[in-house]
Amino acid sequence: MGVLITGNKYWNPAMECMDRADMKKLQSERLVALVKRVYDNVPFYRKKMDDINVKPSDIKSIDDLYKLPFTTKQDLRDTYPFGLFAVPMDEIVRIHASSGTTGKQTVVGYTKNDIDTWSEVMARCLVGAGVDKKSFMQVAYGYGLFTGGLGVHYGSEKVGASVIPISGGNTKRQIQMMYDFGSTHLACTPSYALYLAEEMDEAGCDKSFLKLKVGIFGAEPWSENMRREIEERLGVVALDIYGLSEVMGPGVSCECMYKDGLHISEDHFIAEIIDTDTDEVLPDGAPGEIIFTTLTKEGLPLIRYRTHDISSLNYNKCACGRTSVRMSKITGRSDDMLIIRGVNVFPSQIETVLLEIAGTSPHYQLIVDRVDNLDTLEVQVELTPEFFSDEVRFIENFEKKIKKEIEATLGISAKVKLVEPKTIARSEGKAKRIIDNRVL
Amino acid sequence: MLVKQISVFLENNPGRLAEVTKILGENGIDIRALSIADTTDFGILRIIVNNPDKALEKLKAEGFTVNSTNIITIAIDDTPGGLSLCLRILMDANIGIEYMYAFTGKIIDKALVVIRASNNEEAIKVFEKNNIRVLTENEVYNMI
Repeated sequence: MGVLITGNKYWNPAMECMDRADMKKLQSERLVALVKRVYDNVPFYRKKMDDINVKPSDIKSIDDLYKLPFTTKQDLRDTYPFGLFAVPMDEIVRIHASSGTTGKQTVVGYTKNDIDTWSEVMARCLVGAGVDKKSFMQVAYGYGLFTGGLGVHYGSEKVGASVIPISGGNTKRQIQMMYDFGSTHLACTPSYALYLAEEMDEAGCDKSFLKLKVGIFGAEPWSENMRREIEERLGVVALDIYGLSEVMGPGVSCECMYKDGLHISEDHFIAEIIDTDTDEVLPDGAPGEIIFTTLTKEGLPLIRYRTHDISSLNYNKCACGRTSVRMSKITGRSDDMLIIRGVNVFPSQIETVLLEIAGTSPHYQLIVDRVDNLDTLEVQVELTPEFFSDEVRFIENFEKKIKKEIEATLGISAKVKLVEPKTIARSEGKAKRIIDNRVL
Repeated sequence: MLVKQISVFLENNPGRLAEVTKILGENGIDIRALSIADTTDFGILRIIVNNPDKALEKLKAEGFTVNSTNIITIAIDDTPGGLSLCLRILMDANIGIEYMYAFTGKIIDKALVVIRASNNEEAIKVFEKNNIRVLTENEVYNMI
């Protein structure tokens, strides 16, 4: 059962509990500086603003935010790899990447100050989760181009916790370390947390010996039901953390112990909710697509970046004492991106793979499921006459080739099944590419 | 004397085979010989019918993934050692066998063997040279 840790601690009370009027003033100052900076240093933004006749001097406060153009993943793709960076590459000390909608990755870059900012906002999340110098933080997010592992790592080190950079996988060892090192905090995807719990149960582990108190879970959407299950089975308080590499990484926002919305570090990231179809900014409390403007990032500053995540905003003061705006737990996507085992997957990526292998794009369907708490992906590809060879080995080789290419492109393994034309239903409008059987 | 064999891609779901035979039956198409190659996920149904073009057309219309493949049909003595002799002939000529299956027809004392060789034309030559009877298309479709 989750234990509510009493006694509110903040990493940066000046920012986290700032008076709203003061916050608005701070944000406005930073926004004005940001707009000037990108206009002067990023040709892409200068052109975008010139195209709609908006000058930096038109932006005087956050009330003028609506005048600014949006930024999309496509823009990052079009300027791959470093076209949107606002500083010379000498000043970039870190590069991360995440899935792009088709072949190319989405590349992000950080200056030294950006890394410090990232650690700062992450530290706020962690302290809100009860992390301090005495904590043992087991980071089971993947380390590498993915921002999860290193993001939580740097924030934890900043707070002074003892960080265990175990990364993903090797479940047996994860459990071993949890017992041997006395991990107090666990950071990983919520589905992996459940998987760990399952493995522990199967191995007959006595959870009363675990020192685990709080879990900080993210990188994929998860429901209240799932939270309850994790809390029961792992014996921790399960908190939701949110972020995306383009905006920074994990730590853009995070739940406090009251689990009533995720506090956004809004001195660094301004959040807005828009209607995905009309682009109109929606009022507080209304659900829509959440977009972010990065006020202080130097390497890759972004204006009104479209996340395609559905959320809503709450500006009321939280019971924890923080005044920072809270976003609701993500309830879905406004596009067709999937998150499978913590990895972003766009159905169009499959299309690109098939096109490269087959020369045409046969009909396909993605079946996503969750088996034993791990996400599975099956790619069904219609076997059309051009690819139908009379011999089993040719078909099997074709299947293997698709599987290999999908794994190389997506970064996760998928089962490939060649099916008859009838299996994949045709629809009148947009083809139903995804069947997600998971109950989140 | 290359003969057309129809190959049909089938998922391993119940009823697929029944569906194929239903369509053939409804269109008056007679199956001469049949074989199924199966794997975990799918099967390939191979059939020799009396009207391969019609079978191809009708099955395609019903949404099946079908193909026509050239094979050879030989008529050999229905005695022990009959098949062994034929395979020996192919081996000596360095011709590989992709697959084969056998059936009986209305030719007395003869067993009929369908072979897809790595080089069908060469196989025909080599069989004829060794007095193995290679059936014509007409003979196979109509089982004369």
